[in-house]
Amino acid sequence: MDSMILLAMDFSPIKPTFGLLFWTSLIFILFWVIVGKLAFKPIIQALNDRAGSIQESLDAAKTAREEMKNMKSENERIMAEAREEKMRIIREAKESANILIAEAREKAKEEAQRIVTNAKNDIENAKKAALVDVKNQVGAMAVDIAEKVIRQNLRDDSSQQDYIKRLVDDLNTN
Amino acid sequence: MKLKLYFLLIILALGAKIHAQNADNQHYHDLAQQHDDHSGHSHEGHNHDGHDHSGHDHAAPAATSEPNVAPAAHSEQEAHGEFDAKETAFHHISDLNVYSIGPWNFPLPCILYAPDQGWSFFSSSKFGIDDHHHGSGHYAYDRYVLNMGRVMRVTDPTFPMGKVEIGGFGSEEKEMNGKKKSVDLVSFQGRMLPLDKASTADGGLFDGGITSFYDFSISKNVLAMLLVMALLAWVFFSMARHYKKAPGTAPVGAQKLFEPIILFLQDEVAKPFIGPKYTQYMPLLLSLFFFVLGLNLFGQIPFLGGANVTGNLAVTMVLAVLVFIVVNLKGNRHYWQHILWMPGVPAGVKTIITPIEILGIFIKPVTLMLRLFANITAGHIVIIIFISLIFIFGKSGENVGAASGAAVGSILLTLFMMTIELLVAFIQAYVFTLLTASYIGAATEEHHDHGHEDAHH
Repeated sequence: MDSMILLAMDFSPIKPTFGLLFWTSLIFILFWVIVGKLAFKPIIQALNDRAGSIQESLDAAKTAREEMKNMKSENERIMAEAREEKMRIIREAKESANILIAEAREKAKEEAQRIVTNAKNDIENAKKAALVDVKNQVGAMAVDIAEKVIRQNLRDDSSQQDYIKRLVDDLNTN
Repeated sequence: MKLKLYFLLIILALGAKIHAQNADNQHYHDLAQQHDDHSGHSHEGHNHDGHDHSGHDHAAPAATSEPNVAPAAHSEQEAHGEFDAKETAFHHISDLNVYSIGPWNFPLPCILYAPDQGWSFFSSSKFGIDDHHHGSGHYAYDRYVLNMGRVMRVTDPTFPMGKVEIGGFGSEEKEMNGKKKSVDLVSFQGRMLPLDKASTADGGLFDGGITSFYDFSISKNVLAMLLVMALLAWVFFSMARHYKKAPGTAPVGAQKLFEPIILFLQDEVAKPFIGPKYTQYMPLLLSLFFFVLGLNLFGQIPFLGGANVTGNLAVTMVLAVLVFIVVNLKGNRHYWQHILWMPGVPAGVKTIITPIEILGIFIKPVTLMLRLFANITAGHIVIIIFISLIFIFGKSGENVGAASGAAVGSILLTLFMMTIELLVAFIQAYVFTLLTASYIGAATEEHHDHGHEDAHH
């Protein structure tokens, strides 16, 4: 019974009139078709495009940062290499300088040795020549003396003795 | 939400009780008659408190037992008897042929069709609407009258066409096919003539049905819909123009407000529920969301008539039917397969599941329709009832002290309810869109694991 009384009340919003059904359909479908096509579609398109471009920009920034990072490490590597190269060059220069010095020293020593040897040889040669000269002179002297002795001998014995003595003295003084 | 629905039920029950008590009485609430013996009781309800929901007074159907209401001069209406909160509420949530703001009733275009009379186009100002009243007319026009803001038709074929002065309105209980039915009456030349309400599409389920005429008027709800949709269309067109003019720039103006909402609906509703094909449904989802939200909010703006558009079953029915059509047109092979012959279920169970699934096709849009309708209507009713407390406690103006006390409490309660209603406006628009998206998603989902599933059984 209650339900019947409930229904008897004029609760009009629950009773859909044909007019409202018609107008709602018309208005909503028009809104859906016109605003949907001419406004919502481009808005969504624009929003998604913008979202895409923002994402792209972010990605690009990230890539750029990555590249910067790579470049930095590359630079550092090059710097380190350069530094190493410099050290190596310096070290090599030092080494070669040392070698040069050692070589020069060796050469000088050799040269000195050679000079000394030459000098010794010269001295030896000179000595030999001198000796030869001395021998020749002594020979000549001896011959000379002998000649004089022989000549003296011919006169006196004692006088010979004196003479020889004088000759030897002469020799000694010379 | 639950709380509000209970509230609605309680109000309905209360209304039913009052109705049952009055069931034996014929009661009339006259437009124009001066009751000398009650003239001292001109009630305070006429003084409008400015709130749109209580913008005009609601005298109860006067409990006079005078069977005839004589036509009289159109003076200020004098009503007496108790204030009827139920009727106030039901009047305010109705779709009307006048637009009432405060004490003023603005006429609206009437487009009426009666099969035996053809089309009638005229403004409802032809009815001579009385301000400071429910919006009842002093005149009949082409057999149509305006009773409590709604166009009704005199069924008596002897009633003259054209503009005719009428007396007051009344109603009586009639036994029809073993059912008690309330019939509205109009007094004309000393006789009470029965009135027909406009035809409704409820198939007699809610005491409506096909009557002698159809009302295609630009009613209060239609006008509200036109205004809100025009405003939204303008906003979205200007937004779209700006996106075209300056693509990829930061949002300005209305874009700042609507962009997050559109993106939210796209990313949190459309994408997860519909999947990769979501773009083609975005216009529908956005239209639904903004249609529902716009009208929910419009109905809550004070001093603008409080049009209960989304709380009218006709409106939610149209939306639900459109969702139903889209879902079932777009439903793919898997969707229909699941409904008609659920794969991977024993044949015995299938015979049980299939009818349930077929029912489900219809239940889904019906729940959409009822949820929105019940929430918004209940919200409107609760606010009106809270305002009505002033008149209930004030005994329709006799007890000013109690009315003032109730006014303080009522304002607080109403503020509280309006805040909740603001939330509800968004939640219901969101829920409607979300469920639509989920139904579309379920209907268009591609199942890749079927072969695998079938292999098991």
